[in-house]
Amino acid sequence: MGRTLILRLLDAIPTVFLVLVLVFFAMRILPGDPALAALGDTATPEQLAILREQMGLNDPLWLQFVTFVRGVFTLDFGTSLSNGRQVTQLIAYNLPYTIELTIVAMIMGVLAGVPLGVMAATHRNKLPDSGVRVFSLIGYAVPDFYLGALLLITFALNLGWFPINGGGEGFADRLYHVFLPALTLAFVKAAFIGRLTRTSLLEVLGKDFVRTARAKGATERRVIYRHGLRNALLPITTGLGLSLLATLSGSVAIELVFNRPGIGKLLVNAISERDYAVIQGGVVVFAIIVVAVNLIMDLVYIMVDPRMRGN
Amino acid sequence: MSLISDARPSLPPQPSTLDLLRTTLFSKPGTIFAVAIIVVFVFVAAFAPFLAPYDPLSQSMIKINRLPSAANWLGTDQFGRDVLSRIIYGSRNSLLFGLISPFCAAVVGSALGILAGYFGGIVDRIISRVVDLLLAFPELLLAILIAAVLGGGFWNVIFVITVAFVPGFARVARAQTMAAKREPYVEAAIAVGVRTPVIIIRHIIPNIMAPIVVLAMLWVASAIRLEASLSFLGIGTQPPNPSWGNIIRDGLNNIFGSPWPIIGAGAAITLVVLAFNLVGDAIRDALDPSTSSE
Repeated sequence: MGRTLILRLLDAIPTVFLVLVLVFFAMRILPGDPALAALGDTATPEQLAILREQMGLNDPLWLQFVTFVRGVFTLDFGTSLSNGRQVTQLIAYNLPYTIELTIVAMIMGVLAGVPLGVMAATHRNKLPDSGVRVFSLIGYAVPDFYLGALLLITFALNLGWFPINGGGEGFADRLYHVFLPALTLAFVKAAFIGRLTRTSLLEVLGKDFVRTARAKGATERRVIYRHGLRNALLPITTGLGLSLLATLSGSVAIELVFNRPGIGKLLVNAISERDYAVIQGGVVVFAIIVVAVNLIMDLVYIMVDPRMRGN
Repeated sequence: MSLISDARPSLPPQPSTLDLLRTTLFSKPGTIFAVAIIVVFVFVAAFAPFLAPYDPLSQSMIKINRLPSAANWLGTDQFGRDVLSRIIYGSRNSLLFGLISPFCAAVVGSALGILAGYFGGIVDRIISRVVDLLLAFPELLLAILIAAVLGGGFWNVIFVITVAFVPGFARVARAQTMAAKREPYVEAAIAVGVRTPVIIIRHIIPNIMAPIVVLAMLWVASAIRLEASLSFLGIGTQPPNPSWGNIIRDGLNNIFGSPWPIIGAGAAITLVVLAFNLVGDAIRDALDPSTSSE
């Protein structure tokens, strides 16, 4: 098991390197001059030349790449062109809000989705099952930013129960601010997790050992939770990994809807201001989070499922 | 196609694709409803200039933020533009991206997958590595990250959604190609010395078409959602050109004015995505009963 872990960790190194290469070349190959974008059309050629020199755009490509990689590893992404602050500082300020939103949404999604799935599976082809099916169809179809906007209009704007924008200060206030955005993402999550739980549980409940348990006279409750759900947990865990990253990508639009701080909002604002340093920093952070989550999920499978330890 | 059925004499005769499509689409009430929704939206998109009551771009300072009325069924926005007309014209963008992007991704992804699967070796190693890396990203996040670097606009959106979908197609095409390459008649063709491009065009491509087409149909709904999300974030269709995503974005900026642009455009996205999802599921279930959700 130790060997598998180490191999998997080593495997992440070229992946991270490849991510950096892709981001770097995407930012460099594309048409458009970052210096021109930063200064606008009114810039004089002299101003452009000075900024290009400052941004290192006149250096040979390999040197720019080395500088870029060194920057990533020393957590130095340069300074924002629009407000002059350190990109690392901006990320450090915004990242906790995104993580908080993602985690609260995941918890709410699992708390709602797993019971829904169990209910659907135990009442197969009856009313609760159809209800969960309709719910998941809608959950798959409704865009999260639309749902968020509807919740915002109803509960924040018209009823005044929740704040319209911001991330909040202090634990209770932050929870209060994160509730509606997280609920939005959790709705979509619950649809996915509910469906996944239903399918996995039905598959397990069809197995021989479940029949044996029933034959021994185990209560239905014990059969479902002890024998069924426990064995359905592995596919559900796999789904949760995918779901976590989907929630993270959904958070970008949700932060915009609820006007709350976060990496997604930072990135989107940087795009509209053509703030290249912040865009680059934001893209690298997102990409590294994705690689890290995948790595962690792989390690979790290895721990949960002994069959994965073989090779 | 006769080549394939000759090569697999053990298989029972397959119903033609058209028959299968017909029975799939018109057997269940839910699917018929979904097909009807799609037909309506395609009709609306095609005849937008005749159906829209107003010019979607024409502004009017004297009728800003009107609530729904007989003259403006969904009211007007902060520039006095008719919301219904904008949603009607917006359907053109959504359907166009929804159909073009999966098609482009299918072509590019299949090409990469065939290269990797057929030639193997270092080509396969490089392509597979990049594809695996990209597959680790949810499509939406990948699209946002690429659009962040590229910016919005028609061709950029096509490019972004295509890239987001390419890895999925490449993986399927690679696996199918590797399987097809082991078929006796392909091995025979190689042994006889048929030129590689001829083998790929005559033997490999017909063999991998079916799953690729299904995948492309399943991703129409995702493409529509992606375009809406990107436009909402301001990195998709650029204003004043209407798209359902940027109508919602404008609506949020004017949230104290009128909620109707958000409600209307969002309902349109939800309906279309729901319809394409239902049809996609029906087609997948028909072709591969083992993944059926029932």
